[in-house]
Amino acid sequence: MPTKAEKDKYSGTEIRDHEWDGIRELNTPLPKWWVYVFAATIIWSIGYFAFFPFLPGQGVGFFGKNQRIALSEDIAAAQAAQARFVDGIAAASYEEIQADAELFNFSITGGRAAFADNCAPCHGGGGAGRPGFPVLADDDWLWGGTVEEIAYSINHGIRNESPDSRFSEMPAFEGVLGDEEVDDIVAFVDSLSGLPHDADAAVRGATGYADNCASCHGDQGLGLRELGAPRLSDQIWLYSSNSEEIASQILRPKHGVMPAWQGRVNETTVKMLTLYVHSLGGGE
Amino acid sequence: MSDVVTVEDATSATKLRKDPLYADRVRVYPKLVKGTFRRLKWIALVMLLGIYYGAAWIRWDRGPDAPDQAFLIDIVGRRAYFLWIEIWPQELYFLMGLLIVAALALFLVTSLAGRVWCGYACPQTVWTDLFMWVERKIEGDRAARIRLDKGPLTAGKAARKVAKHVAWLVIAVLTGGAWIMYFNDAPTVVPAFFTGEAGWKVYLFVALFTATTYTLAGWAREQVCTYMCPWPRFQAAMFDEDTLIVTYEKWRGEPRAFHKKGQSWEGRGDCVDCNQCVAVCPVGIDIRDGQQLECISCALCIDACNDVMAKVGRPGNLITYDTERRQHDSAQGTTRPYRLVRPRTAIYSLLLASVACLVGWGLITRSSLDINILHDRSPLFVKLSDGSIRNGYTLKVLNKRREDRMLEFSVAGIDPEQLQILGPDATGVEDFTLHAAPDTVTTYQVYIALPDGTFDPSGEEFSIEVRDVDGNELAASKTVFRGPE
Repeated sequence: MPTKAEKDKYSGTEIRDHEWDGIRELNTPLPKWWVYVFAATIIWSIGYFAFFPFLPGQGVGFFGKNQRIALSEDIAAAQAAQARFVDGIAAASYEEIQADAELFNFSITGGRAAFADNCAPCHGGGGAGRPGFPVLADDDWLWGGTVEEIAYSINHGIRNESPDSRFSEMPAFEGVLGDEEVDDIVAFVDSLSGLPHDADAAVRGATGYADNCASCHGDQGLGLRELGAPRLSDQIWLYSSNSEEIASQILRPKHGVMPAWQGRVNETTVKMLTLYVHSLGGGE
Repeated sequence: MSDVVTVEDATSATKLRKDPLYADRVRVYPKLVKGTFRRLKWIALVMLLGIYYGAAWIRWDRGPDAPDQAFLIDIVGRRAYFLWIEIWPQELYFLMGLLIVAALALFLVTSLAGRVWCGYACPQTVWTDLFMWVERKIEGDRAARIRLDKGPLTAGKAARKVAKHVAWLVIAVLTGGAWIMYFNDAPTVVPAFFTGEAGWKVYLFVALFTATTYTLAGWAREQVCTYMCPWPRFQAAMFDEDTLIVTYEKWRGEPRAFHKKGQSWEGRGDCVDCNQCVAVCPVGIDIRDGQQLECISCALCIDACNDVMAKVGRPGNLITYDTERRQHDSAQGTTRPYRLVRPRTAIYSLLLASVACLVGWGLITRSSLDINILHDRSPLFVKLSDGSIRNGYTLKVLNKRREDRMLEFSVAGIDPEQLQILGPDATGVEDFTLHAAPDTVTTYQVYIALPDGTFDPSGEEFSIEVRDVDGNELAASKTVFRGPE
């Protein structure tokens, strides 16, 4: 140990005794005030911990509060501030809400937030949809686009265990129809919406379609909302307009499932979600 | 006036600083001086403080729905009022233009006459002057103040010190209070302030400006100019040899020496080394050391020196406003006129005039109608049943008039197959006639559909136009239409 600290000859500052590759370091300690402030923050944190606990089971602090109580108080205050709108929406019919600009705006804003939390993972932000998950912003509805129909779909969902769930299942035609029959029906379906197709095959497929498909999808492919049977004569395809994909859907149909939201979110939220979805650009 | 010249025991603060870095402050005790420039500074002080404390009380009739204060920045209402001009937050560029004009004016004045701003008009100078005036009234002039500070703490000293700080604090509170008046209705906020009903923000800001005024004008003083303010650091960039500066005529003053009455002036300079110029200096420098960063060009040393020169019977203006070039010539015995027009001043004037014209033109042709269009991004576009592509837009209509307006909506550049507009209450807009509420922003949702393949899917440019039904005012904004690529 050096008995006397070595000093830097230019600045007169003490040099620390370690060295790396010839590089040495001046001893320039933290300013005193900084160290005091640092110590003060540690002391403060101990007091804060005692006065305003945050650990689960730590109980309440000296002022009878902890961070959980403070949070629930803040939430209660926010709910109290929103009560006027929330109660108004709960009490009003859809027509009444739509006629009241204040309630309507609150519904759209609240619906947007609830949609982002609960619906966007499948339906996409703003109801943009994705393959297999319907676009909610377009003018085509599988089960209906009025506020009542939308509310029912949200409340009870589609093809789930709930007894009131919307339900329908297209039968699988694998083993029932031959490959050629399926190809002809695909050509006919293509012709309904003006997709490129083999005209002769489409003529052949018309019979197969009428026998097997028309009962649900309609003679002209207009679909049937009571059964959630998609319209085949438009340009909107839940899965794909690709011929192989259509054939695969006839042979081994895929069925989308949507959970029932009744009970998961409260009635007011369903109302706000309904109005929001209805406002996305396709509401009927 | 006596013709005895007293010699001040004064040393410039810069000389007293042994170590130029991190040296302790040397307290400056400026002496009272009388003369032309002191008078000019008093006039500037009274005028500027008068404007500051008084302008908030000027009324300006804007109709029943608008505040009637001539100068008001309404933070809550998001409007700024300057006489007949009403600025929305979206038009903050007018304020920026104003600041650019002010900066260019400062550059021009500095290149012509040096640090006029620092010496006469800067709030730091004005309030420091006011605080020094109070200090002098209570503690006496330079010599008395030095004596008082060096002397022991007596009841009399304590009383004077307390009186001074109380007086400073009163001025500081008034200063902070006046600031508040430009952000609130002055006749409402002033009584509310005294009855305790003004709201915590008002008290907070008054406290803040009280603290800064008291600290900066009472305690920090010349340190603000020397250490804190960036302007002295770069104002030299506007200087050249033809800029007027406060300067000591070295060629005439040196060699300096004490002068006894009746002695000859042969073989010596006019400077009698009385140190009066140092004693009156508010920043504590010796102007005879040449041009210095600390000098704020207040010209009080000119007054002090002229007083002395008159007493000893020598020509005045030994310390004077002059340019470096003219001083150089004077030393050679020649003279030349001031050069006001120089490339530097010409360029500053030109810039100043063009920016001022631009801001003025902007204000005169300011539209009372504006629109903002936000193209919906989620979803970017939607395919409809018939195969056409629909894009959604949020249209914000800014009506800057205080009356309801009916506006005609149209698009240019595309031919929509479908066009639907939803109003703020989600009801459809008929006949493409929008209704814009007075003095606010009204939001509409616009849906436009085009047949697929009839537009550039990476972004077909078009514009949305909104036209006043009664007048000719038109607001247009460009946006794009997108589709699957």
